[in-house]
Amino acid sequence: MLFSGLADRLQGIFKNLRGRGRLSETDVNECLREVRMALLEADVNFKVVKDFIARVKTRAVGADVLESLNPAQQVVKIVYEEMTEMMGGAQRSITMASEPPTVIMMVGLQGSGKTTTAAKLARHFAKQGKRPLLVAADLYRPAAVQQLQTLGKQLDIPVLAIEGESNPLAVVRSVRETALSQLRDVVIVDTAGRLHIDSELMNELNNIKALVKPHEIMLVVDAMTGQDAVNVAENFHGVVGIDGIILTKMDGDARGGAALSVRAVTGRPIKFVGSGEKTENLEMFHPDRMASRILGMGDMLSLIEKAQETFDKDKAMALQQKMRKDEFTLDDFLTQMQSIRKMGSFEQLLGMIPGLGGKMKQLQDMQVDEKDMNRVEAIIQSMTKKERRDPSIINGSRRKRIADGSGTRVQDVNRLLKQFLEARKMMKRMQGMQKAGQKLSSFRLPFGN
Amino acid sequence: MGLIDSLKNGLAKSRRSLAETLGGLIRGSSALDDDFFEELEATLILSDAGATVASRLVESIRKRAKQENLQDPSEILPVLEMEIAGMMTGEDPVKVKIGASPHVILVVGVNGSGKTTSIGKLAHYYREQGKSVLVAAADTFRAAAGEQLTLWAKRTGAEIVCHAEGADPAAVVFDSVAAAKARKTDILIIDTAGRLHTKTNLMEELKKIRRVIQRELPEAPQETLLVLDAVTGQNALHQAKIFNEATELTGVILTKLEGTAKGGFAISIKTELGVPVRWVGLGETQSDFAPFDARAYAHALLNDK
Repeated sequence: MLFSGLADRLQGIFKNLRGRGRLSETDVNECLREVRMALLEADVNFKVVKDFIARVKTRAVGADVLESLNPAQQVVKIVYEEMTEMMGGAQRSITMASEPPTVIMMVGLQGSGKTTTAAKLARHFAKQGKRPLLVAADLYRPAAVQQLQTLGKQLDIPVLAIEGESNPLAVVRSVRETALSQLRDVVIVDTAGRLHIDSELMNELNNIKALVKPHEIMLVVDAMTGQDAVNVAENFHGVVGIDGIILTKMDGDARGGAALSVRAVTGRPIKFVGSGEKTENLEMFHPDRMASRILGMGDMLSLIEKAQETFDKDKAMALQQKMRKDEFTLDDFLTQMQSIRKMGSFEQLLGMIPGLGGKMKQLQDMQVDEKDMNRVEAIIQSMTKKERRDPSIINGSRRKRIADGSGTRVQDVNRLLKQFLEARKMMKRMQGMQKAGQKLSSFRLPFGN
Repeated sequence: MGLIDSLKNGLAKSRRSLAETLGGLIRGSSALDDDFFEELEATLILSDAGATVASRLVESIRKRAKQENLQDPSEILPVLEMEIAGMMTGEDPVKVKIGASPHVILVVGVNGSGKTTSIGKLAHYYREQGKSVLVAAADTFRAAAGEQLTLWAKRTGAEIVCHAEGADPAAVVFDSVAAAKARKTDILIIDTAGRLHTKTNLMEELKKIRRVIQRELPEAPQETLLVLDAVTGQNALHQAKIFNEATELTGVILTKLEGTAKGGFAISIKTELGVPVRWVGLGETQSDFAPFDARAYAHALLNDK
């Protein structure tokens, strides 16, 4: 019980509640006591939990709830709404300055992930057609400048750094001129990690702020942060004033209670979440989706958006046509597999499927091995075009050649061919099901027909 | 008692908020009633001790108060202090025998917990003791991690084995073990890439690193230390559990204790997993580092001076 996720816990609590027809005030109180424990174990700050429970309680024990047709459902709804509200209501992005460059300053504790996040943000803006500039103003941690330079090189984004300089103020002094002369419209300033109670360093942050005049100051917070998240957020907000929060390391199993705490004490929105070590692992934060993720309702919207982002609609339609006409080839199999891989890691995707969130633990054991995927790619790429179109011609000697060419064994080739045939069979069957299902359900696939 | 003092100084700030709440609580309560114990539990939860441990601690304090007929809230502090210290007492890191040559210390942890810095401090500590130290830069993943460790090696006068970025960490480990054997180095400290405990493949990589060490030196690694950021919440326990399964931890380095976070989760890591805190990190310089002392920790956490 100690290790079970927040979603697991809450689902259990609500299931218990749903089983009853009528609810008394005592029932609700008992349920909320459990919710309180679950939130505390998820590292939501003690005081924040107290307020949250009080708010839910006033709404939940009213006569209109207790005497409604489905009181348990109503309580769940209230918890969901309050949780969404607590995390900031609607989704908010970074506001661009009317006159470029837009300057963004990253602040936070040591090890929260500022440097990585700065690079991720730069990539995010570059993708939008902006011309970002990274500024290496973390001169305290050994090699932090090199880290940012390496990331900048990977992303092909310039990094402003002064060799041998030890005063961050000297580096940031020329930020605006550099951005203007290089026609850069977004500037992201990485600062050194610092403790929120270190008055000297916090003061330095204010000096940097005075020089770069940032439009947005982003506080970077580790999703695994405990009760202290409140002190950290309050202090940073009190000293430099923050405009938004970026939550990092969301790909771990932290229950992310810090998300609720920091937003509650600063009143500032969480704008992005980082969920991986690669520079593309940065997503917009959606409070409603996060709340439904926490409550185990899944996050179908994000999944669909991801699919739409990665799948080429025309390609998908062509694929469907092929599936219908039973012309699905090994080439298509390969394209399909590659586009799924582009969507992200399997674990990330699974977490978004409704009802699966809570079952992640069992699924972790059957994780798809990335190496297996590589092997499949190698095997298919070792086939001739003719073989890919018509696998039935692949005889013993061809199998041997393919295995040698891809560095695998004949058994591997056999297994893949078998899998492919199975997949083709299944598609045929699914075509039939889909036609029948269309009349029954209004659920739309990302690329509808 | 220089060590205890430095620990106390470092903890001065971290102590304040808990001690203040507790002090206010003690001054504000006239009797050891239910309200008092409820507030005491809340205070412990705020130190990240976790709801379960907090309620267990309060229960046992409540029982002792009854047995020993304690009436005054001010008598509670020493009792609580002893209780916490008792729960956290482990083997003194200074007394860990450095017999084998090389004595291998594997350092693991999630991203940003402070592994590389802690290794710099450990290297400094052993160099001060006159030991020869070799550090292995097996974090080949994070950009510039090798450079960061190289700077630390230079600062402390330790030697370093470092490959190019993206190299196989197991190969770095293999080379460093060979080098430590050949040079008859006293202490070999291995830095690993930060990894979230939920990434199965990265945890497998850690097991492989361990296997490589064991193949070359059957007795090693003599120590496997998990680095935990004091600001972490209940997730720290989960991290410790999974790292322990993969690498058989011998101890914890609790970092960033100079802040306001108290790292109360360390209590449950000791009681649930039997893994003690060995070292505490209290700042950014190489001397801001001390062996963990359970009594001092509990005392510093609960007392104002």
